[in-house]
Amino acid sequence: MSQILSIRRAAALAGIALPLLATSVFAQDAVNLRMTLWTANEAHLKLFNEIADAYKANHPNVTVTFDSLPFDGYTTTLTTQIAGGNAPDLAWILETTAGDFVNSGALSPLKATFEATEGYDLADVTQSSLKLWSTDGEIYAYPFSTSPFGMFVNNDVIKAAGQKTPAEMIAAGEWNWQNAMAVNAAVAASGKQGLIVRDFDYKVWDNLASIWNGWGASPWSADGKTCTMTEQPMVDAMTFIHDAIFKQKAIPGPGVSADFFAGDAAMTITQISRASLLPKENPFSWDLVPLPAGPAGEYAVIGQAGIGVFANSKNPKEAADFLAFFTNPENSAKLAQFFPPARASLLNAEVLGKANPLLTPEQIEAVVVKGISTGVVKPGHAGFAEIQQTARAALDALWVADADVPAVLKSVCDRIQPLLAQ
Amino acid sequence: MAVATQQTPDRARKRPFWTIERRDGLAGYLFIAPQLIGIIVFVLIPLGLVFWYSLHEWNVLAGTFKFQGDANYRKLLADPAIPEVLGATAIFSVGLVILNMSLALLLAVLVNQKLKGIVVFRTLYFSPVVVSLVAWTIVWSFLLQANGGINGLLGMVGIEGPNWLRHPTTAMISVIVVQVFKNVGLNMVLFLAALQGVPKELYEAARVDGASRFKQFRRITLPLISPTIMLTSIITIVGSLQVFAQIAVLTQGGPGMSTTVLVYYLYQQAFQFHRFGYGATISILLFVIVAILTFAQWQMRRRIVFYEN
Repeated sequence: MSQILSIRRAAALAGIALPLLATSVFAQDAVNLRMTLWTANEAHLKLFNEIADAYKANHPNVTVTFDSLPFDGYTTTLTTQIAGGNAPDLAWILETTAGDFVNSGALSPLKATFEATEGYDLADVTQSSLKLWSTDGEIYAYPFSTSPFGMFVNNDVIKAAGQKTPAEMIAAGEWNWQNAMAVNAAVAASGKQGLIVRDFDYKVWDNLASIWNGWGASPWSADGKTCTMTEQPMVDAMTFIHDAIFKQKAIPGPGVSADFFAGDAAMTITQISRASLLPKENPFSWDLVPLPAGPAGEYAVIGQAGIGVFANSKNPKEAADFLAFFTNPENSAKLAQFFPPARASLLNAEVLGKANPLLTPEQIEAVVVKGISTGVVKPGHAGFAEIQQTARAALDALWVADADVPAVLKSVCDRIQPLLAQ
Repeated sequence: MAVATQQTPDRARKRPFWTIERRDGLAGYLFIAPQLIGIIVFVLIPLGLVFWYSLHEWNVLAGTFKFQGDANYRKLLADPAIPEVLGATAIFSVGLVILNMSLALLLAVLVNQKLKGIVVFRTLYFSPVVVSLVAWTIVWSFLLQANGGINGLLGMVGIEGPNWLRHPTTAMISVIVVQVFKNVGLNMVLFLAALQGVPKELYEAARVDGASRFKQFRRITLPLISPTIMLTSIITIVGSLQVFAQIAVLTQGGPGMSTTVLVYYLYQQAFQFHRFGYGATISILLFVIVAILTFAQWQMRRRIVFYEN
């Protein structure tokens, strides 16, 4: 009897003690990593979770969660989390705010981790894509998405207005902004809308970079110190845009809502990842073509997104290690189906074609591969949010029919020059 | 005498600590404790912290938090945007208070009539108050678009409506009207309660004396509901200074800076431009403005309020 009792006692003790012991052992090593991102797309998250699960197979103590924040106000939400002492371990960072994050000391250096990771092949990551995310030879974020801006077109709407399709214009060597805008004006006159610069909405003016680069224009000098909005290329480009809106009616005016992917418009400038928005029911005949040539010739514009590790993360080493796994050649190839990679070995129509079943090899070659190799990155600057808002307020005067374009651009420079010089 | 002096320490020893007064006192403190703790934790401590932050340069990205004395206050005085922002705030507040109060009073007088089905109208006018503010504003943002519902209606009667949110004047009018329609029901209900509290005999007496409807309203109704007018005006003015969601959804402070009110400017500086120290300084300015206005209104009540219980 007493023996049975003592066995019971031992069993009970073991029952209590073992789980306690086990939890304390695992609790010591358990690492929870959180990555903030601006996509809530189920297919994206499924892939990320698969990569995180594969990592967990070799690092059972590491759990990664993906925290989707709304794209609108993403950076604001992120900085609010940091201010509240709740910074994530890893975060997606927009190209426009790269300067702020990279130069502030908020991010943890990554180069040593990438170099030490077996099979990572850092040399495969193109220098041009790393430029925005590096300073003084150190890498502070990995450019996981290098996405060119292309022109999606609705051939049904264009043909209905009796116009040549962009593919026909490219074949005839006529694909330039003058002709493209004439098509949009004709479509607009037929009752639909012409060109929608997606996400511009008369607020996110930096998205107009996808047009003004055709004039060789830029909002500020290469060193970022001097406003160049008053220089002739920008004046010409903005005059062209202004005429397209108010004279030709080729671009929907301020406050007019229209959605290309709902079939409302002839063309839209956006990134290739938006191909997923093309309608599955009642589809229209669409195409993806490079941006039209401007007076300064052919050009391409790319948007970038990086992933950084926060310096004040509780586990910066583990977070950097996970990032190295997340962006290794194998996983980069998987991510390429949504996010054009920065790795030279993956930048070919064959790999990208496998990843983008919606796009034809010609579309991938013309827009993605060529775009990434020749494109300029959308403008960014340290303190970008304030420059963006200040210029937005000054540019509001441009979006009326009788605006004096050079005078408005001068007022933009007057307002942002002190911020650029800081 | 000697006995009495010996008894005193004994009595003191026997006297229990928890006397009736102390128990009552404790009970009283316990009753007010939830409210008091709430005020300390959610009002007084944050207020103190905001003042403390306003003396620092706090860049969350860089993780810097440097004491710099009154530098933020000097920057506030020299900030070229502040006059524009205060101007927009004043226009918004004055416009809102005038429109909200007069419309609320008009609606209250209308729904105070003894008519069949008047309860339906009362409910209708009040219903926007319980609608989510952001949902309400988003619906209005669609209606106010250049090709939105309002211009569609105007077009049906042959009027070409303006691009409401793209011109400084119409944008300001739009945000005021959207806010008024959202909250006018609350003031209407307060006015309605006050109107129903006015003794009917006074109107009968006035009618016997030959007073017109307007004179009755001016000489009886207004004086008797003046405490409610006072209360609603304070609530509305303080509320108008805190407007944020409508501006963020409808105009984002534009066009230009025309609808950048103080709270929105504060948000931009702190949360968008990462200047939490300067943002805290702007919130101190807002606090001072609210405090001065509330104090001034409280002082004015002696002149304005004719009757107070």
